[in-house]
Amino acid sequence: MRFILRRAGFFVLTLWAALSLNFFLPRIMPGNPINNIISKLHNVTPAQERAIERSLGIDNTASIWKQYLTYFSNTAQGKLGLSIGNGGEPVSQLIRQALPWTLGLVGVTTILAFIIGTAIGAIAAWRRGSRLDSALPPLFVFTTAIPFFWVGMMLILIFSSVLGVLPSYGAYPLGTVPSFSITFIGQVLEYAILPALTLLITSIGGWVLTMRNTMVTTLTEDYVRMARAKGLPASKIMIGYAARNAILPNLTGFAMSLGFVVSGAILVEYVFNYPGLGNMLLTAVNNVDYPLMQGLFLIITVCVLVAILLSDVATAILDPRTRTAG
Amino acid sequence: MAHALADDQHGIAGPLRQGPVLEVRDLSVEYVLESGIVRAVDDVSFDLAPGEFLAIVGESGCGKSTLLFGIAQLLSPPAEISGGSVAFNGRDLVQLTDRDLAAVRWKDMSVVMQSAMNALNPVTSVGAQFRDAMRAHGVTSGDEIHRRSVEVLKMVGIDPIHLKSYPHQLSGGMRQRSMIAMAMLFTPELIIMDEPTSALDVVAQRSLMAQIKDLQQEFGFAVIFVTHDMSLVRHFSDRLMVMYAGQVSEVGRTQQLFDHPRHPYTAGLMDAFPSIRGPRVPLTGIPGSPPDLARPPAGCRFAPRCPRCMPRCEADPPPEYQVGDVAVRCFLYDEAGGAR
Amino acid sequence: MAIPVTTTGLPQPAEGITGPHRRSALRRVSKAVRTNRKATIGVVLMAIFIFVALFPGLLAHQDPNAVSLHVLVPPSAAHLLGTDNLGRDVYAQVIYGTRNVLILALAVGLLTTAVAMLIGVAAAYLGGVWDSVLNFVTDVLLVIPIFPLLIIIAAYLPNAGNSVLILVLTFTGWSYTARQLRSQAQSLRNRDFLLAARVRGERSLYIIVVEILPTMTSLLLASFLNNALYAVLAGSGLQFIGLGNSNNVSWGTTLYWAQQNNALGSGLYAWAIVPGACIALMGAAFAFINYAFDEIGNPALRPLTAAKARKAAEASTKRRLASHGARAR
Repeated sequence: MRFILRRAGFFVLTLWAALSLNFFLPRIMPGNPINNIISKLHNVTPAQERAIERSLGIDNTASIWKQYLTYFSNTAQGKLGLSIGNGGEPVSQLIRQALPWTLGLVGVTTILAFIIGTAIGAIAAWRRGSRLDSALPPLFVFTTAIPFFWVGMMLILIFSSVLGVLPSYGAYPLGTVPSFSITFIGQVLEYAILPALTLLITSIGGWVLTMRNTMVTTLTEDYVRMARAKGLPASKIMIGYAARNAILPNLTGFAMSLGFVVSGAILVEYVFNYPGLGNMLLTAVNNVDYPLMQGLFLIITVCVLVAILLSDVATAILDPRTRTAG
Repeated sequence: MAHALADDQHGIAGPLRQGPVLEVRDLSVEYVLESGIVRAVDDVSFDLAPGEFLAIVGESGCGKSTLLFGIAQLLSPPAEISGGSVAFNGRDLVQLTDRDLAAVRWKDMSVVMQSAMNALNPVTSVGAQFRDAMRAHGVTSGDEIHRRSVEVLKMVGIDPIHLKSYPHQLSGGMRQRSMIAMAMLFTPELIIMDEPTSALDVVAQRSLMAQIKDLQQEFGFAVIFVTHDMSLVRHFSDRLMVMYAGQVSEVGRTQQLFDHPRHPYTAGLMDAFPSIRGPRVPLTGIPGSPPDLARPPAGCRFAPRCPRCMPRCEADPPPEYQVGDVAVRCFLYDEAGGAR
Repeated sequence: MAIPVTTTGLPQPAEGITGPHRRSALRRVSKAVRTNRKATIGVVLMAIFIFVALFPGLLAHQDPNAVSLHVLVPPSAAHLLGTDNLGRDVYAQVIYGTRNVLILALAVGLLTTAVAMLIGVAAAYLGGVWDSVLNFVTDVLLVIPIFPLLIIIAAYLPNAGNSVLILVLTFTGWSYTARQLRSQAQSLRNRDFLLAARVRGERSLYIIVVEILPTMTSLLLASFLNNALYAVLAGSGLQFIGLGNSNNVSWGTTLYWAQQNNALGSGLYAWAIVPGACIALMGAAFAFINYAFDEIGNPALRPLTAAKARKAAEASTKRRLASHGARAR
């Protein structure tokens, strides 16, 4: 319990740090962000200029400290400002539209990659000396080094351009109205295949390799030898004694790898024009839409923190030592 | 050979069957490395009678733990058995298939390792680990599993509430005793122990030894006990086997070895452990160090360090000679014309 | 076989009061590189790239920046990989682009490792408040999603040249390595040979530089390679989405133009495939070398090839038969 509380405390502190970063970044970067925006849009009236300032949290009449506090209170209320590039639509609304797509695509793929990758890694370590174990590491070392966007492009090349069997643009056919009908869900799945495959191919390698390496070391531990001495069936040893212990560093590594996952998600969404948070961020950057950028950065950070907290909970469940260590 | 988990084991003080429970013949274990082959155990032979307590002592690296794992069929690559047989109640364990071996494991022969912290699965409770062992051998009734778990914990003096505890929550001594309890689940005929007391302080060591001895006398199992601490086994073991550089240098009744060590190495060991109550003697060690087993010497392996070395010792490896109840691997005891 | 095939953890030689020997380590490393297949592949690839980066003129005879009227031409004799939307030769772009990518990778690798080393080791060695503060900063930077941060920072700095890219990548990349180095330094802090140095009266700086750092060479090397890999992928990624200087000649920017001009849809496959493949190969080179060093350092991870295992088994059976024969005599 203490462990979870400590992690939640860290969560809050990090969130604070991210928010502060969000607040100070436009103020310390070279160039006046207001001018950048104005130069992009033309003929801005003074009133519009002040509206833009306000949406950025820049209130030149108040002190920095007051602006800081206002920014925090606004964020807590969900007032993330108005998007400049999208005709003044509230940022929170835009985020709410894009969030499910990203969570669906990235969330599901990451969990799948983790499960499949860990399983492959465990089996490879178990069958040391087999052809499987000798062939897998080099293969996966290679896959971890391939850039996400290139894999996406290659898949598009093969399946869309050459074979023409899978769509490569968007999350559903252009012009369709999203609904909960079976046809729509089918289309969503169809459009998600290539992006999901891209994410899977690139990220699975990391899981396989770390699990295999940890497992190889775990298999030399005394308690595995003890399990053999007890005459336990091989499956029980591999899963209950070896994998159960070997997976723990993987879970901690999960937190580290989320940065990698997020970067992959952004690039894949860009390549496939998938209407998620990443794509929105890139369009926002092109439009110099600072409020949207800040809002997106915030929500992405929150998602990452939640994912980390979840993996910490999983670690606490699987590893009794963390529960009492406090 | 199947042992029921009922109460009929109590009160039997004598051996459960006739004939040796273990017959090891010419057992050799090698480590197959890229740099060469290292023979860690070289042609070891001995018998173990039912209910007997055999202690194996020797320096670090002499091969005693390897021998133990070789007997228990628990070696992992690059270590492998390169020759010999291990007959447990007449069946050669080396030749058994994995399935047949699994049936023997734990039910007839169990293992206690050096560090319970490392030998117990850190993420499952003690009770769960007991349960694994019992389920693996066909005990499916939850009640029966619980009853027996409680029973064995009580045998070693641990409160059964600790079935729910995790290994890191127990003290060192308790962990070690729960390992012994686990080894007793099926009251096997043989329990192999690899330095189970090394991780404990002196007081806990004695108490654990006494506990093991009590259990042995109550349930009549044989024990092979590996240690580097000879004083520990002096009063607890029936027979003592001294190993050096992968070979048996001397084996016989413990008292005989202590009173009248025959092999110069045994004598050196005895001198290195002066009695706390005896007269003050200058502390002697054995100069030199054990040989490199990747390139073992041609003759006796102890020759470079032996105070009574003869020219013959460096040329030929000595076989074991029987002197009364004791077997000694030393040319000094070759009746056909060796110096005495 | 149902029983798991594992390697026993062979005991490492204990380190004495003096630190581990450095000269023999170098010899061991070069031998290991020669025999380990992954390391060889990685080193060979890297050597090829370094060669191309140093002497691009030998391989490509056209100026990568030369615009021409032959725009969007598919591969031909004159233009091996075709031309881009400004008529520039794609092959020349790929060849000349190697240098920028390599510089980026090496610079970020070195800088990140240096910064991480300073912060990580200092935190471990100084302990106390410093340690907690640095720790917190490191952890926060670890958790905050880096790529979006990179994008946002790059958005504030339009047309970021290579040097800015290097700085930005370093700023966001040092935290992971700092954490690793810190925990390694912490575990080393109480080792025997360090205590001996303190007893000898050596000052802290001396201990850090002369005693601690050399033992962390393997970790430092791994971090350099890791961060170089990160720079290649993240840097190309940023360029691909248009946040680098799009006039730079680099694989990422070439891909950017390819994507902007719908290369895949218009059949100009080489334009899209080749630069990306180069990124993958250079990344793979770093990754292979890194993984190989992992294996070299930890023998338990080495591939136990079936061939080796069979040979060992045959040899041991032969010996067993021979020894039985000898005994029968």
